[in-house]
Amino acid sequence: MADTTQNGPVLAADGTPLKRSLSRALRMQKTRALMLVAPLLLFVLITFLLPIADMLFRSVENNIVSDTLPKTVVALREWDPASGEAPGEEVYAALAADLQVAEENKTHTRVGTRLNYENPGISSLFRKAGRRVSKWDIETDGPFKEQFLDMDKDWGKVEIWQTIQTYSPTMTNGYFLNSVDLMKGADGVEVRPENERIYITLFIRTFIMSLVITCACIVLGYPVAWLLANLPTRSANMLMILVLLPFWTSLLVRTSAWKVMLQQQGVINETLVWLGLVADDARLVMINNQFGTIVAMTHILLPFMILPMYSVMQTINPSYLRAAKSLGATNWTAFWRVYFPNSVPGIGAGSILVFILAIGYYITPELVGGTKGVFISNRIAFHISTSLNWGLAAALGTILLAVVLLLYWTYDKIVGIDNVKLG
Amino acid sequence: MTAPTGNDAFVEFERVQKSYDGETLVVKDLNLTMPKGEFLTMLGPSGSGKTTCLMMLAGFETATHGDIRLGGISINNIPPHKRGIGMVFQNYALFPHMTIAENLSFPLEVRKMGKSEREEKVRRVLDMVEMGAFGGRRPAQLSGGQQQRIALARALVFEPELVLMDEPLGALDKQLREKMQFEITHLAHRLGITVVYVTHDQTEALTMSDRVAVFNDGVIQQLAPPDVLYEEPSNSFVAQFIGENNTLEGEIKEIKNGIAVVQLDDGELIDCKPVNVSKPGERTRVSIRPERVEYNKDRLRAGVHTLHAEVLEFIYMGDIFRTRLRVAGNDEFIIKTRNAPDQTRLQPGQQIEIGWLPEDCRALDA
Repeated sequence: MADTTQNGPVLAADGTPLKRSLSRALRMQKTRALMLVAPLLLFVLITFLLPIADMLFRSVENNIVSDTLPKTVVALREWDPASGEAPGEEVYAALAADLQVAEENKTHTRVGTRLNYENPGISSLFRKAGRRVSKWDIETDGPFKEQFLDMDKDWGKVEIWQTIQTYSPTMTNGYFLNSVDLMKGADGVEVRPENERIYITLFIRTFIMSLVITCACIVLGYPVAWLLANLPTRSANMLMILVLLPFWTSLLVRTSAWKVMLQQQGVINETLVWLGLVADDARLVMINNQFGTIVAMTHILLPFMILPMYSVMQTINPSYLRAAKSLGATNWTAFWRVYFPNSVPGIGAGSILVFILAIGYYITPELVGGTKGVFISNRIAFHISTSLNWGLAAALGTILLAVVLLLYWTYDKIVGIDNVKLG
Repeated sequence: MTAPTGNDAFVEFERVQKSYDGETLVVKDLNLTMPKGEFLTMLGPSGSGKTTCLMMLAGFETATHGDIRLGGISINNIPPHKRGIGMVFQNYALFPHMTIAENLSFPLEVRKMGKSEREEKVRRVLDMVEMGAFGGRRPAQLSGGQQQRIALARALVFEPELVLMDEPLGALDKQLREKMQFEITHLAHRLGITVVYVTHDQTEALTMSDRVAVFNDGVIQQLAPPDVLYEEPSNSFVAQFIGENNTLEGEIKEIKNGIAVVQLDDGELIDCKPVNVSKPGERTRVSIRPERVEYNKDRLRAGVHTLHAEVLEFIYMGDIFRTRLRVAGNDEFIIKTRNAPDQTRLQPGQQIEIGWLPEDCRALDA
């Protein structure tokens, strides 16, 4: 009582302010809690957050040109590509000096590869030039312009120099432009020629197919989840094992099994032909296309839809349905007006899970997707492991990440993330 | 309450049986007739079949055998949503995703009632349960007692003639429960609806009902108004289940002039009213209410048998004294006396003589 009449802070029994006393008492608990999560926190930081940060950085990072060709980059600043003429002698001299250093460090091929992404052919120019320049004496052998042109007349092309100039800053949006089928032309950003556009199509296809897979999972999973939630415990456990069975076999095995099932000489086609439903020369094409990808991925992702739906449905009191019926609702009305709205959080949780997993799926589309059924992630994997264009892979990945976050945000705005329950 | 005749029977169970597993009967040969406007409570321990009966009446369980009639029409094959029976569930079963007004409007909507009529009815029923200001809230924002009222309102809003209640007050605290008991009975009588109420709380059954059906083991043990049930239990299960009760076991010595003399197992004799015993030599269980036991010799009728008793424990409970005695080898013999100015307080160890009026002591089945 006395505390409320005082004007100062509330004091503990020993005269220290109660707040400080309390925080001292809680400090021990907090420290212990922090220690308990520390290993996981470190693990997540090192294996998850840092790689993502690195990826985001790589998508704009472009140090290689200015690091390898420092003098050339400075000399090129004066040059105006709009003049339509190759730059002057001082630029060639700078390039010769830079290349000689780079050749010693074996970095000239790397900058060649980097610029080759933007302008195919540059790579071989740099490799050839590197070999030749290493024999020159920079002090005495000038002027160099003629010698470069003798080596390869492409060195006199405006586009080559323009590419070098465009990619000389340490940061670039070039990878991102490339990811959405744009490029840096002479007059700023322009659309790529039709035969070079692939990424927009791939992004759209990835989203549409992920959406189809998510819908298929909802339609197929909802009745199963309902059954799971309403069967007696013993039968429900049995059914649950069947639902979880796919998790116990390797993803690769399951996908390969779909290959066996769906191919033209596969189980389904053979059966249909044997039944006479399909002519032998008109076997269905069910694999190496979008259909195959959708079927296989729906199968693989189904448990991720069923489990959250099941755990939400378990919390729906069966007396709701009875109450609705006693109030005069038919079975359908009772389901649609009472049961279904209460199960929406489960559908939401399952859909987010399945959609986000589907959007980044890689192995299954790779194996059964053919050319028409591949996802954007297959392209990312290609740039990571085959073309080694990590910057572009990073930019594609960043766009994918941004889109997922955007969808998540939209979902939160429309449905409310509080409505997502995993149990 | 007059016994219902065949003509004004509103709810009828005729030879109804129910089995879930095909081996045991949960409800055995149930016959029950209710007139319109009656408040009937099904009382019994869990597993006695009372809830099953209610669910069969509501249509959520089907009778294995027999006929259930409502207003003279067999409803065995009518689905629950066409029976037009209001129901209040144990956990209220208010739809969490709808507001209170939407919950109440639901039964009217599925009956395709117009919007203005719906709003009018919802408003009226909310006023009836004194929850007029809560229409826009969600069930989770209400207290248990408020949810209870809404559940009641929802079962009444479409004006059913029969309302079923499945332990509706089980989740409330004692004070609120008592208040709601009165509210529900008053409302039921005011609206003239017929109510079948299921509970395992005997106080609730006694205070609320016109008649109580005591269930045990799938059979109605006794169907009677509360006072009859308490004062004249027809068998030892009902005597044990309703209220506090002392039992003594013994054998019938003789029956004459409507009074049975029972020889207890330790040889002492007592006078009782024979209820379901008929001839000397039969085993019997004698039942006597704690408040009907007398130890003041002046108040006992002359000539009745008395029993020797030793006081074991005296418990002061405010309005009454509860004294535990050892009588005829039974250590759990309780007597209750009113806390009146002239009342003596018995001391542990005291030796007394106890007796009672023969009609208060009932010789029941063993």
